[in-house]
Amino acid sequence: MKQQQTPTSEARAAGLTLRGIVKHFGPTRVLDGVDLDIRPGEFLTLVGPSGCGKSTLLRIIAGLEAQSAGSVTIGGRSVDALPPSERDVAMVFQSYALYPHMSVAANIASPLELRRLSLFERLPLLRWLSPRRPRVMREIMTEVRAMAGQLQLEGLLDRRPAQLSGGQRQRVALGRAMVRRPAAFLMDEPLSNLDAKLRVHMRTELAELHARLGATFVYVTHDQIEAMTMSDRVALMDKGRILQLGTPSELYDTPADVTVARFIGSPPINLLEVEASAGGVIRMAGLALRAPGPGRYTIGIRPEALHLGRAAPGLLAARLRRAENLGAEWLLHAETEEGAPLAIRMTAAEHAAADALIGQVLHLSASRAGVHLFGPDGRRVAVEAAVEAPA
Amino acid sequence: MRRGLVPRLLAHAVLLLGAVVMLAPFVWMLLTSIRPAEEVFGAVFNPIPGRFAAPENYARAWNEGNLPRAMLNGAIVCLGILAVQLLAAIPASFALAKLRFRGRGMLFGLVLFGLCVPIQVPALPLYLGLAHAGLLDTYFALMAPFFLTVFGMFLFRQFFRAYPDEVLDAARLDGMGEFEIVWRLATPAALPAIAAFSVFSVVAHWNDLYWPLIVVTSSELATPPLGILAFRDTESGGNYGALMAGAALVTAPLVLAFLVARRAFLRGITMTGLR
Repeated sequence: MKQQQTPTSEARAAGLTLRGIVKHFGPTRVLDGVDLDIRPGEFLTLVGPSGCGKSTLLRIIAGLEAQSAGSVTIGGRSVDALPPSERDVAMVFQSYALYPHMSVAANIASPLELRRLSLFERLPLLRWLSPRRPRVMREIMTEVRAMAGQLQLEGLLDRRPAQLSGGQRQRVALGRAMVRRPAAFLMDEPLSNLDAKLRVHMRTELAELHARLGATFVYVTHDQIEAMTMSDRVALMDKGRILQLGTPSELYDTPADVTVARFIGSPPINLLEVEASAGGVIRMAGLALRAPGPGRYTIGIRPEALHLGRAAPGLLAARLRRAENLGAEWLLHAETEEGAPLAIRMTAAEHAAADALIGQVLHLSASRAGVHLFGPDGRRVAVEAAVEAPA
Repeated sequence: MRRGLVPRLLAHAVLLLGAVVMLAPFVWMLLTSIRPAEEVFGAVFNPIPGRFAAPENYARAWNEGNLPRAMLNGAIVCLGILAVQLLAAIPASFALAKLRFRGRGMLFGLVLFGLCVPIQVPALPLYLGLAHAGLLDTYFALMAPFFLTVFGMFLFRQFFRAYPDEVLDAARLDGMGEFEIVWRLATPAALPAIAAFSVFSVVAHWNDLYWPLIVVTSSELATPPLGILAFRDTESGGNYGALMAGAALVTAPLVLAFLVARRAFLRGITMTGLR
């Protein structure tokens, strides 16, 4: 039996190296010198707003798009001159991209047929002349059935893609990618066509699949929650460049750029314009921060870092506009005197104790850990020493 | 919301009138073909013939003229043309729709330009070329000018443009070559368009009188319209009953083919935006 040949037993994982990847479409520069090292067996997510170049980067890795400059290495082998089929990567697409006129079994079998049978053995009529074809096809179908078993598709092998639900199509697409046992999986927003409930479920399934296969996953999404929940590391892209590469916690706790801070976190971080004094001191929400010098800065405060307090000098005053009950926690939407919106997140117990009424002015203090400072260029500014009490 | 009875009756009346106008010549043809010669120009029009003459009319049309041979020739020519047209137009239109290469826009412009050129324009150079090559009065001469069909390329391109790019990318990653993509993925999806195009192509070349009249002289190579022409000249004289029987016989295969392919044909027309 071929049972022992399930992918679990044979972990194949390749590291990927991208060096100076540049891509022009006519005059527009979509990728602007991207360097990225993806470790073997890693779940790396490329995340960013639409048009940031993440999908283009994935297509360049797959070989579906040629880079204008730079090089791609997969498993230590330069693949720049190789067609997509010889790069030892499989791709899962947003629309699943199943062959519409073929059965589920034929869809999953297709990458194996294309690899193990010659062109002659795939031709209509002529293929019946090949003596080895029946044996190869039997082997392939055994593997297809094993794959279908892994993905709970056994009863559906004779169906056409049009007769399947979104989740089932998704699993067929995964099966077609997995059956080849590629060195790396490339996934282009594979969950975005699913409804919200199924998406949450498939997040878990994909993370488990990654753990089981031990293969390298490169995952593209515009959804920061997908990036945060599944990845070992996240590369946040904007305008054709990687702004920050790190673990989900690193991106959340120490955003390197105001764009990263804005993109990661839900509800998004509160951003306020502040002016540092001649000595570089910034006073905000009960904190005194020492910036490198005077001038304008952007301060970012995570919604959970804001706390309600009693009226006191130096606290941030904001009028409560709306309060949302999320069950375990509350989300307050307020507006500062300058008209900037503020989101404040607190536990239900904190909310009950605070007794905040709509229209009332809140006095807010911030905890140091959830506060970030960004310079005029948007880059993170090191805050030298936080002077605790207002001077 | 359902409209009232009167507007619906009116709409049906208009549609019915159109159908009558379209169908009347065919009905007339069929009625004439079952009528004896003396009744065709009778003073009184009687839809039901006084003497039912269908057997003799149809027998005459089938036996005395060259019709069986002409219809066989028509089938050979039409299928030959269609086969080469599909073999050439499907890959060409796939390239125009889905591949990125320099000059694609200009080539598609040429296809559109080709749509505007009627066969009468290149007829003379084509004739001279065939004459110099010694190929006049052959099946090849009947078929060759129609091998490359800009209409087919245009039709299939419109169809292929709607084909999802991600499926093509998936196939490239699976290891399919471009030609395999064309024949194994794109062609099955384009079957409605192929059916629609086949009906257009077969009807046009089955009924074509102009080009066969120019390049064919021997009666063994006569196509259906040439067969009817010859039958009228030599055999029937004034026998319009037999002539109409011949016309009905020539039309029948097309009507049957359309009825078989009707559903695919309509789908092809609506999906390519040709309405």
